[in-house]
Amino acid sequence: MQEEIVKNVILGEEDDYVINMGPQHPSTHGVLRFEVSLQGETIKKVIPYCGYIHRGIEKMCERDTYPQIIHLTDRMDYLSAHINNEAVCLCVEKALEIEIPERVSYIRTILDELNRIASHQLWWCAMGMDMGALTTFFYGLRDREKILDIFEESFGSRLLHSFNTPGGLMHDVHPGFQKRIKEFISYFRRKLPEYDQLLTDNVIFKERSVGIGVLSREDAIQYGVTGPSGRASSFSCDVRKIEPYGVYDRVNFNEILRTEGDTMARYKVRISEMEESMKILEQLVDNIPAGDFTAKMKAVIRLPAGEFFQRVETARGELGVYIVSDGNKTPYRIKFRSPNFSNLFIISKLAIGFKIADLVAISGSLDLVIPDIDR
Amino acid sequence: MAFNIYDFTEFTRSIDTGLKNSMSSGWAMFVEYAIIGVIFLLVYAVLGLFLVYAERRVCAFIQNRLGPNRVGPGGILQTVADLIKLLMKELIPIRNADKLLFNIAPFIVIIASFMAIAAIPFAKGLHAIDFNIGVFYVIAVSSLGVVGILLAGWSSNSKYSLIGSMRSGAQIISYELSVGLSLLTIVVFSGTMQLSGIIESQANGWWIFKGHIPAAVAFLVFLIASTAETNRGPFDLAEAESELTAGFHTEYSGIRFAFFFLAEYMNMFIVASIAATVFLGGWMPLHFGTGNAFNHVMDYIPPLVWFAGKTAFVVLIMMWFKWTFPRLRIDQLLTLEWKYLLPVNLVNIVIVAFLVLMGWHF
Repeated sequence: MQEEIVKNVILGEEDDYVINMGPQHPSTHGVLRFEVSLQGETIKKVIPYCGYIHRGIEKMCERDTYPQIIHLTDRMDYLSAHINNEAVCLCVEKALEIEIPERVSYIRTILDELNRIASHQLWWCAMGMDMGALTTFFYGLRDREKILDIFEESFGSRLLHSFNTPGGLMHDVHPGFQKRIKEFISYFRRKLPEYDQLLTDNVIFKERSVGIGVLSREDAIQYGVTGPSGRASSFSCDVRKIEPYGVYDRVNFNEILRTEGDTMARYKVRISEMEESMKILEQLVDNIPAGDFTAKMKAVIRLPAGEFFQRVETARGELGVYIVSDGNKTPYRIKFRSPNFSNLFIISKLAIGFKIADLVAISGSLDLVIPDIDR
Repeated sequence: MAFNIYDFTEFTRSIDTGLKNSMSSGWAMFVEYAIIGVIFLLVYAVLGLFLVYAERRVCAFIQNRLGPNRVGPGGILQTVADLIKLLMKELIPIRNADKLLFNIAPFIVIIASFMAIAAIPFAKGLHAIDFNIGVFYVIAVSSLGVVGILLAGWSSNSKYSLIGSMRSGAQIISYELSVGLSLLTIVVFSGTMQLSGIIESQANGWWIFKGHIPAAVAFLVFLIASTAETNRGPFDLAEAESELTAGFHTEYSGIRFAFFFLAEYMNMFIVASIAATVFLGGWMPLHFGTGNAFNHVMDYIPPLVWFAGKTAFVVLIMMWFKWTFPRLRIDQLLTLEWKYLLPVNLVNIVIVAFLVLMGWHF
């Protein structure tokens, strides 16, 4: 009897056609597994299973000192590595109550936005691929390469930066930094319309994304869907506006909100966010003040005993860092509120009643990064 | 033995009479079958490999890449190397698969396309069989391939494969109608189903030019429907690698997979050559009216070049489709056929019948 109940809960009814999407599947973008119950091609039930890439980052953090933790956060959401780094840095700086130089804040914010554009570009590539438009992948990667080149030139690594340290940056940016960013902006302003021409305005793409996987504002709030996915359902959740960090309170940009909440809205929010990010970059790039690239820090960082929280806006939503310290050089406990974990589980609600192809489109539009789900 | 690059009729007839003089007519027939079979096997393999190479170069061009360029001049031998690799790969046996059906499915797919190629007129007189029902034969034979796809999906004992093959079944049965009807418009125009007859009827202008708007509409419908029938993007729902990993051929490996792959490209070639033959005049040079200087200049280009050029043009369009459009969803696919293409086609064919009845076409 109990077995039967468990079976019904997990697998649905006896005669459902259950397929496993993942852990190895081209469109789950990593080791995520969906268990999908089908009736014909229509989805009756989707259960996401995570944990295939669980590395115990939170536990490992308890072992490491604060500067070491930075390097672990790269490996969560590897497409917003810089923003993840910054979250821990800001939390530690908040706990220590130190003032960081202006220059550091400016450079961090610029890198955040570059990172956000790069992440959205890769999302756009993958979104097109999921829809079956294979050419988008190469167009997106072509432009992303320009940003990765700036990263490589500035701090040697392209994906996992670890450029932030508590109190500042590893080292100063190279002299051509501003020039390269300006070059990128003028380049990408020309290239962004191509994205619309290739995918957004395509009839088949519109047919497949408008009205698919509609997420209501209430559900977005209940499930904690943040970032562009939440904002597409008119849930105003941009941490850059609500709780500005860095120099976001000094720049002028719009929080992109849409009301439809469908796949197309999520798509359009991200495309518009790339434009907004470029606007932020334009405002900051010429105004980087001179100064030190790091504040004076002690050799061993010990946080005062207590609990500290800092949240930032990554490319996928709200990343919260919660540190419990007992006064040692390692944290007593650290918890990451990762955006992808919250964004994932809404899919079992969104995909019901749609087709298999729509499940792929919806999971593409939620922009999931699997290592961030499992940590 | 007169070899004329503009007209192969003499050439083939002299071979035929030569063989019949030297042996009994039954044996002569057998030898002819063998010769044609060997030639087609070679053409099939070489064309298939070349098309795979061409697609990789075209898609690389569309995607800002270079594509294969290391093996041989310009990478032209890359696909040969790939084929050798596929030949040497292990054929992975699938547990609980229906062994017999699993093994014959790729052969059915490849035989279907092999049979269709027999009816294609490559040049004047260069034609394996010249049926009086050529168009009908091509439509009938080319849709046999779906049986192989259905068997492949069913016998693999894999859920993805089954979904893929069911999709393919629904898709091909639907789009078969549009392919048939759009070809029928030209059959009505030319008044014959014989492919050589259709080509002869285009001596003073291709049907796409002299068939008024209905012929152009039929050509468009044929392009869309035949792309769907060959299971190519944006209608590649049977494979749909982002949804069903690889659809019906998920479980196939080595040369069996290569058969499916080759058949897909050869189907593309067959469909393109049918489009070229029926709508664009086949091997017939570009003519306007009769007997003017322009026509004479065009006549100097050999028919094989005309045929290859037109086929390549249609193949290029189909590749362009695949590498720019996202994939349709299954319900949208069926909606497109049953709600748009089929009614358009039916109205179109009535208009054509009216035009022909009134004698309003050239």
